[in-house]
Amino acid sequence: MFMKEEAAVRLADIAVKGRSPWADARARFARNKGAMVGLFVLSLICLFAAFGSHLTEFTYDYVDFGLMGEAAEKGAPSWSSGHYFGTDDGGRDFFARVVQASQISLAAGLIGSAVAVIIGTLYGAISGFVGGRTDQVMMRIVDILLSVPFMFVIILLLVMFGRSIWMLFLGIGMFSWLDMSRIVRGQTLSLKRREFIEAAHATGVSSGRIILRHIVPNLMGVVVVYASLLVPIMIMTESFISFLGLGVQAPLTSWGALLSEGASQMRYGTLWLLLFPLGFFVTTMFCMSFIGDGLRDALDPKDR
Amino acid sequence: MTTYIFKRLLEAIPTMLLLIIISFLLMHAAPGGPFTSEKAVPAQVLANLNAKYGLDQPLWRQVANYVWGIVAHFDFGPSFIYKDRTVNEVIAQGFPVTLQYGLASFVIAVIAGVTLGVVAALKHNTGIDYAAVATATAAHAMPNFVLAPLLVLVFTLWLGWLPGGGWEGGELKYMVMPVIALSTSFMASIARITRSSMLEVLHSNFIRTAVAKGLPMRKVILKHALKPAMMPVISYLGPAFVTMITGSVIVDMYFSTGGIGRSFVDAALNRDYSVMLGVTILVGALTILFNLVVDILYAWIDPRIRY
Repeated sequence: MFMKEEAAVRLADIAVKGRSPWADARARFARNKGAMVGLFVLSLICLFAAFGSHLTEFTYDYVDFGLMGEAAEKGAPSWSSGHYFGTDDGGRDFFARVVQASQISLAAGLIGSAVAVIIGTLYGAISGFVGGRTDQVMMRIVDILLSVPFMFVIILLLVMFGRSIWMLFLGIGMFSWLDMSRIVRGQTLSLKRREFIEAAHATGVSSGRIILRHIVPNLMGVVVVYASLLVPIMIMTESFISFLGLGVQAPLTSWGALLSEGASQMRYGTLWLLLFPLGFFVTTMFCMSFIGDGLRDALDPKDR
Repeated sequence: MTTYIFKRLLEAIPTMLLLIIISFLLMHAAPGGPFTSEKAVPAQVLANLNAKYGLDQPLWRQVANYVWGIVAHFDFGPSFIYKDRTVNEVIAQGFPVTLQYGLASFVIAVIAGVTLGVVAALKHNTGIDYAAVATATAAHAMPNFVLAPLLVLVFTLWLGWLPGGGWEGGELKYMVMPVIALSTSFMASIARITRSSMLEVLHSNFIRTAVAKGLPMRKVILKHALKPAMMPVISYLGPAFVTMITGSVIVDMYFSTGGIGRSFVDAALNRDYSVMLGVTILVGALTILFNLVVDILYAWIDPRIRY
């Protein structure tokens, strides 16, 4: 008895330590230059959102009445006035507004995609894997949710629960996973007929484990790339929801709201009102897409 | 397969009913109605208006009447705001416009997106790949409410090549900017999904075999790799196609194309519930139909798939 145990311990010592696919992926991700640069820049943007308000003496809701309505003449960005990004038409410091907008938009983008990844992947994988009636019912629910006018659901939420930032995230989360679940289901339908899934079945692996250990890792590539595509869509959805009144209201703002304001004033010579939020938005999207592609390369189970 | 398609079409009936009922109830629950206005309307006038449109009946009766109107006469009721127009007329006027620029955008987005994605995947981790991904990211990140006025600024105000808006029965020069504005971000998404899926397929054993037995690369890509790589793209294209042919609010607003996106926004702002319901049902029917098409395409791409 004792001998046996000892032998087992010794065997375990000798046996090459198996590399988990996640450790493998981490190592490969760290080698990908584009993805690492993306991650670095994105961290800077997050730091900017978190601590940027300490860099300026103005708050996002402070109104300089001397500058109100004269953004084009007096509000241009300048170091000397302390308005690094200039002021907007309401006489507010644009730097402080961009910092505050970054917080809302990053949260909306990341939470929306996270919900899509978790719920969308599991829902789609279960639907495709179980198949038959379950699949039909689950996908018809998605069809209905895809078609129900989003705007009315939001208005109803607003009426029932009032405006709050949590309702905003609930509203985003409710719809962000729909397309993802359809994509994942399609991939699962094709994956579940493969030989390695059959082998897992034959060796008696339970369905839940097959989904989590064999189906989901093989879906990661498409899931990660689509999630990175969802980030800008979620940021725009946030501004639409806020426009309807469920999300944040002025003077609180977000990239989407700033962008649409800036775009509508493009011709009045206040181009910085468009270019600063656009710059942050586009930079974030570039980071997301390089991180997404880096993760895809790192997580591809066939590519070693 | 025929049985499957038939079964799915049968299933569409309860799904549509459910969608109609949910949408109807949602709109009923939303505050305010088409006849709510700033100035006080005499109670008798309001009662008469409600009676005329059947809004004084119990809720289940209203739903039943609405569904019966659609099933029996394909009649989506009168518009609440435009007294002389029915919902059918509003949709019949806007939908052909939307369908035209939507289809054109779809074709362009798919061809450009798939090409870009395949090229990027083939040149994985080279300058060409990075350039393709960067182009796609920039195109995807550019919100269309920024792109639309930018296009007008460049092509209409500076260069003077294209008219700034209007439709004129879908003449080419009126279509160019709406199609660019609508297709850009879809093209970018298609490119990114194609690239990622193509990379995965290119690493599979059957592609290695095809290359090893000496098939020319062009044939390997077009005959062996492209078809399985299209799986996730097609999943994405189902809902995306519906979104494109039912129009974009932004495009309709910036280019005054008069499509259905505009009707939907007008209806929402005026609380014209019957028009909103009509558009919702149109979108729902198309969604169900094209998700069926997607499922059929799955089975064509991967014959192992069974439903």
